This record gives sequence, C-alpha cells and structure tokens, in this order.
Amino acid sequence: MRDVAVVAFSQSPSVRRETDCNEVEILIPVIHELRTNAGITNEDVDFVCSGSSDYLAGQSFAFVSGLDAVGAWPPVCESHVEMDGAWALYEAWVKIQMGYAELALVYGFGKPSMGDLPLTMALQLDPYSVMPLWPDAVSIAALQARLLLDDGVVSERDMAEVAVRDRANAKQNPYAQVKGDFSVDQILADPYLVSPLRKHDCSPISDGASAILLAAGDRAKDLCKRPAWIRGIEHICEPQDLGVRDLKRSRSTEIAAEKAGVRAGKIDVAELSAPFTHQEILVERALGLGSETSINPSGGALAGNPIMAVSADRAVAHATSGPCLQQNLICVLEG
Amino acid sequence: MSEEVSEPIEVLRLPVELEYQYTAGKSASRFLRGLQQGKLLGQRCPVDGRVYFPTRGCCPQHGVPMAEEGSIELPDVGTLVTYSIVRVPSANIPLELPYVTIQVLLDGADTVMMHVLGECELEDVHMGMRLEAKWKPEEEWETSVGNILYFVPLDEPDAPYESYKEHI
Amino acid sequence: MAELCGVMGIGQTRYAAKRQELSMPGLLREAAERALDDAGCTWADIDAVVIGKAPDMFEGVMMPELFLNDAIGGAYKPMLRVHTAGSVGGSTAIVAASLVQSGVHDRVLTVAYEKQSESNATWALTISMPFSVATVAGAGGYFAPLVRGYIRRSGAPEDTGIRVAVKDRQNALKNPLAHLQLEDISFDMVANSPMLWDPIRYLETCPSSDGACAMVMAKESIATQSTKPVAWIHATEMRSEPTMFSGRDQVMPRASLDNAAALYKKAGIQNPRDEIDCAEIYVPFSWFEPMWMEGMLFAPINEGWKMTYEGATALDGDLPVNMSGGVLSSNPIGASGMIRFAEAALQVRGMAGDHQIDGARKALGHAYGGGSQYFSTWIVSDQKP
Repeated sequence: MRDVAVVAFSQSPSVRRETDCNEVEILIPVIHELRTNAGITNEDVDFVCSGSSDYLAGQSFAFVSGLDAVGAWPPVCESHVEMDGAWALYEAWVKIQMGYAELALVYGFGKPSMGDLPLTMALQLDPYSVMPLWPDAVSIAALQARLLLDDGVVSERDMAEVAVRDRANAKQNPYAQVKGDFSVDQILADPYLVSPLRKHDCSPISDGASAILLAAGDRAKDLCKRPAWIRGIEHICEPQDLGVRDLKRSRSTEIAAEKAGVRAGKIDVAELSAPFTHQEILVERALGLGSETSINPSGGALAGNPIMAVSADRAVAHATSGPCLQQNLICVLEG
Repeated sequence: MSEEVSEPIEVLRLPVELEYQYTAGKSASRFLRGLQQGKLLGQRCPVDGRVYFPTRGCCPQHGVPMAEEGSIELPDVGTLVTYSIVRVPSANIPLELPYVTIQVLLDGADTVMMHVLGECELEDVHMGMRLEAKWKPEEEWETSVGNILYFVPLDEPDAPYESYKEHI
Repeated sequence: MAELCGVMGIGQTRYAAKRQELSMPGLLREAAERALDDAGCTWADIDAVVIGKAPDMFEGVMMPELFLNDAIGGAYKPMLRVHTAGSVGGSTAIVAASLVQSGVHDRVLTVAYEKQSESNATWALTISMPFSVATVAGAGGYFAPLVRGYIRRSGAPEDTGIRVAVKDRQNALKNPLAHLQLEDISFDMVANSPMLWDPIRYLETCPSSDGACAMVMAKESIATQSTKPVAWIHATEMRSEPTMFSGRDQVMPRASLDNAAALYKKAGIQNPRDEIDCAEIYVPFSWFEPMWMEGMLFAPINEGWKMTYEGATALDGDLPVNMSGGVLSSNPIGASGMIRFAEAALQVRGMAGDHQIDGARKALGHAYGGGSQYFSTWIVSDQKP
C-alpha cells in the first residue's frame, strides 16, 4: 500500500439554517480556502470526488452544481458518491493507491435545513414494507435507545454524559453549532423529545460543507509540514432491516476497526460522528476506546452535523450512514 | 384462500410529499430582485469579464464567486441560438403542445438562457432569429423569470451564425 | 503500479418496460446471480459491492443501496454507491475496477440498475424549482437543441439519425435481452414516427426500461484461473466539466475529447478506428452516434455522420457500434452505462451470442451524462495489456 495523507482541510461553520447562501455558495469559500492554504491550483489536482444527497437538496443531480464551486475547467477526473463525504475520501484514497492520482480533492456538502430531515430519512427504509409507515429518523433511533435502556446496555445518565462532554468540547470549536456547559442532571430534567430521547441526545440539523486534500508520499511531504498519514481506512455495511441485526452493538464498526488496525496502537483522539448519544456510546465501545483516548475534542456530530460533510476532516475519524449505524467507516490517521 | 395470498402484488402506490424551502443564494437573489423591478441583471465573471445571464453563484469555469460589483443590466432583446419544438407533455410544464423551447442569447450577454417562444408560426422558427421579451403586466411582476411570459420575434434581419455559434 | 483487473463474470436481466414480477432487490439479484454463475463463484467469494443508479428520486427511495445491499450479498462487506448522472453505470464499473486495481480487494461485484416502472423519470428531471420556469421537458427537451446545433455545424444529412435508429433496432433483434424487439423496423417506420422534440422523432429516442447489469471483476491471479475467457481492462478514464459557462461547447464538449485522448494514451492506442474492433457507445437519442464518433476521436470533427451514413458502424462495418442494440433498444437509465461496459467485455470474451463480432479483441465501452458533461469509458481486450 502507498503512503497517503491528509494534507489540508477546510470547513464552513455548521449552522442550523444558512439563509444567505445556497449549497454551492456554501461550498465555494471552503474549496477556495483549501486550495489557498495548500498553495495549489486546480491543475495540480488529479482526481476530484464528492459526497452529497439529492434528497437532502430536493432535486435530482444536485451534486452537479458542486462542479461550479470546483471551477472544473479544464475538465477534471471526477466521481461522486451518493453518500457522506467520508466515502468520497475512501474512493479518492483508492485512486491514489492504484496510481491513478497523486493529489485528490474531496468534498462533501449538505443543506438539510431545506427540508424536514427526520422525515426525509424515512425514505431510506425498505419502500415496500417499512417506509409506508413513515418512521422518521428520530423515532427509529429512539426504538434502538429503548432496547439499549431496557437491556441495561446503557443508562439515560450515560447518554446525558455524552451530551455534556461533546457540548463542552465544542466550546473550543468555532465551527460547531451547539456548545456550552451543561450538567447531567440538568439534561436529565429535560422533557423527552421522542422517548427515551431528549433534545440533547440528538445531533442538531446543520448546513455546511467541508473539503480535504489527499496526497501520496513525497507529494504530501512537499505540501504539508505534518501530514496526517492514513494508516487504515475501512468501511462495512450491515443489512438494513432492524430485525436481522444486533442493535445493541455496532458490528460493522467492530469489523471496520479491526481491519483498519485501530487497536494496533494507542489512540489519542477519536472523532465519532454518531447522530445520537446512545449510538456514540456503541461506536466508542465497538472501537474499544478507553480513558487514554480523548473523544470528540471538536464536539463531534452532536455539536454540529453538516450531514454529508461530517467526516471529510479530523484525526481518527468515524462516519456513519443509514438507520441505527447501518454503515460505518473508520479511518486511522497518524501524524 | 391460499391462492389469494399467493396472488402477486405488482404495484404499491405510495405518494410521497416532502416540502423544501430553497434559498436562492446571494447571486440569484440580486438577479431575482432585479426581475421584480423588470430589470435583467447579468453578472461579469471577475476573471475574464464575460457576462453571465442568468447569473450563478460563481463562475463555473473559474470557481470564483460572482461579486455584486459585476452586476450589469441587459436589454430584453437577443438572438435565438438553438431550439426544439416540443410535442411531449410533461406534468410540470403548463404550456400547450406543441411549444418551442429556446436558448436565447441576450444582447450583451455571454451565456444563453432557456425560455420559450411565442407568437410565431412553427415553420418560421429558425436559428439566428432576433427576439424580444414579452413581459407580464407590471402589477404581476414577482421574483421570477416567469415575469417574461415568452419571447417574440423582432422584425429585424437574422444575426449571423458566426455571432452566436460559440454558444451552442 | 496498478494491479491487472479482469472481468470474469457478466450478468444482465432481461430488459423490459415493466418487470413487475420482480421487486427492486429481485431485479438486482437476477443480474448479480447471473454474473456470479458466469464467474464461477459464490456470494462468499465477493469482497466488496459497488452499486450504481441514476437519481434517487426516480424510484423515490433515498440511498436505496442501503436497503438493497443484503439482497446482493453485501451484508457485512464494504459497499459503495456511485452517482454521476447518466454516466453512472460506467463510473460504477470504474470504481469497482479501481478497488481491484488498487490491490484493496481481490474480487468485487458491481451492479447498476433502474426500475423505471416504479418511477417517473421525466417528472424527476423536470421538478419545478422556485423562481424558475420549467421549459425543458425531460432529457429529450434538453438534448434536442444540441442535436440541432450539431446538424447546423456539421451539415449532416437530416436522415442520419433515422439510419442510426434503424441500425440499432435491427441489432437488438439479435439480442434476446433487449427491450425493444421491433421485427418490422424500417427507415420509413422511423421517419414517419411522430416528432417529439424536433428534430428528434419518437423512434429516435430511447425507451424507458427496467433492468440491471452486474459484473464480477478480479485481480490477475484469480481471473487467470477462470475456465471462461476474461476481458482484461486496459484503461479506464473519466472526465467532467461544468453544466454551463460562457463559450462552453455543449455539442462537442472538451471533457469528451480530453477523456478520449487520455483513454487511448493509457491503452497504448494510436489510431482508435484501426485498433478498436467494436464499441458500445451511450446513444440515448440517435444523433448522438455521429456526435460521439467525433467525441471519441473515431472521426474528424463534423464528419462523424459519414461513418453512420457509409455503414461503418453497422455490424458488418469497420467499427461496429452498439451491437447489442444500445441505449436506443434498452434503457434502464442507471444501468445503461454499465451495459455498454459489459457488452464491450462480452465481445472480447467472444460471448455476445448472435450479436458477436467475429474476432473482436479490443472493444470500447462508453457512457455520458448530465448536460453532456460527464464521461466515463474503458478499453477491454482478450489479451492482457
């Protein structure tokens, strides 16, 4: 395998509703900043890959306008995944591995504030048997949380502690959306949003974009003093049906973590992008993280969740997709 | 009973209704506010000075934002660059069939806009025709390209092919 | 540096307007099972799955690969979903090939599909956005003005498109999987069919089809052991450019020309018309055959129509194009590009049945999409590069 590293990263702030800019206008400064910081031009980039969702944008081919922000001229070698930007990062990493590219631009963007996100996510479910019931994303997650609570896998206090930790960490992150000092008791006194989930158990809905520059070997060293080398990147998808998988653990995260070599050394920092507190606990356990690891120093997805752009960033990264942690990606980075 | 149960279900009808609130964006907002006042505002690319109409958030060729200073008002006349006579109904298009969908290059613009042609016999439609916008009554103007009902032929000689061929 | 990658299994469904006896998972599975059978392997042999389809709004399922994945053996495996507009079938095949060429996986299954009978593509492509006026009815409404532009600049005879339509439908009669089987297809029949999006006639357009196409690709050491012929990938290439900008040539986009030049360079091809034996080209409207003959550098600019006119692209011509009947005969949108790639592979494997070109050893698979702005292509051969 070739040595491949993240050499630059940029992001927009995560905001609940971006009213001035459309999706492309959110993305333009992010890509501009990335190129400026790395000191490169379009002509230096061999491969471009993006992640986004038509349903979030409410129109077909929504990703096409992303090319405007790239300034894709002369024509670029480009691909797109209808997935979170983390999987675009994966595809770019593959292209560098095969020698197709030396320098790849990856971006993810989403503006879920345009629609009703929890309801839209119901369209991810089996269209013949499940989706006609319109189970929204929060309710589906609540079913899982109820299972975990009733089986004693987590407690409501555990979940609140995750929220307190992430919100407090987010104070240091100027891009984060929800931040501040909360106490566990304060959160537990809140009413349920969708029982057993409280507002603080859910990630916010965020508009935003992020971009990453990936480079191979010496190219990475030329561009960056301290590249973040990708030592393992793996992703696994479970069956979707909630009845055929173990919802009390994240099996796909466990497999991906094992293959990516998470346990091969001490992990100092982990950035998890689980959208609900109980899911963050499951991911943390699946990764086998202990007290030596600082979890979500940025505040994680619970502090800002520009869906589709979550993970094209950060040090040791996790990204997820689908209901109840169906699909998970783990990336191990080293300085 | 068992026969009824094994009868295949071939179609399930599942109406999906989702509501979205779109943000026009900075550049399109200027464009649409202009339309509301009956003005056609193009935008100069800050890199090569070419005039985009309708405007976009950024120049797609250079990936740079379209700045407000580059706004330029264009006349409501132009040239028919290419067209198609449409005889296929579409649920989202209220026009009577057949209608003529056109790409029109406004005078002073460097990009074409899509619109429709009116008040013209089908056999008379051709590339290079000079056109003029037919506006809705002023009291009905809103922030929409729909303020222009359609384009109509101008009584002028055709524009030479050379003058618009790079826009096809 | 890249690993060699060979196509060792291909599976296609029968293409039809409605495959209502199958659910979406059933449709994918029909193609995937056939590809596995062809490759002589089982679900357990597959390391990763790559799924492609056109916009989610066609079938009204958001990221449908999430619920489809386990139907094609993807449970607890890596799964990717590609979406690059109309070129998606081709791009999906390229992503799958990359997973092998990078050495990341040994054997990959890729599936692309569309179930148009469960969707309304023209609606999905013509959603009225606020502040705008919908004037373009579906893909035909978008591409017809470009076809007119091509006719104007090339001076091609008006019946060029009709000839393409007849040829492709005749080819489809030799392909039992093809959707349109028009026994009595003729020049007059196409010429007299209604003008839909002038200058595009009804019989010059692609149908709406249900269908899926799948391929199994493997690294050299595995593919070499295959008991059946293997299609070796010599080169893959992709190019994209913005939908519009001032002065953009929409008829003959630079992304197409750049893509072709880069592809041939990688494949070591100096003279594509001489060295390539046959091609499956994405032709959703008949006129795009002559246009992409130029766009793929088989003919000089403005002379692509001559190849059609002189019969060069017929089954017995010097560069047969769309032997399978092409997109004009079967169009499950998200799969249409992959079918081009798979049919090219079938030709060099000598397994194309009645539409086989004798002695085909090097073939081109091509797909395009968006506003003629996304291009993906590959060159496959019966010989290793």
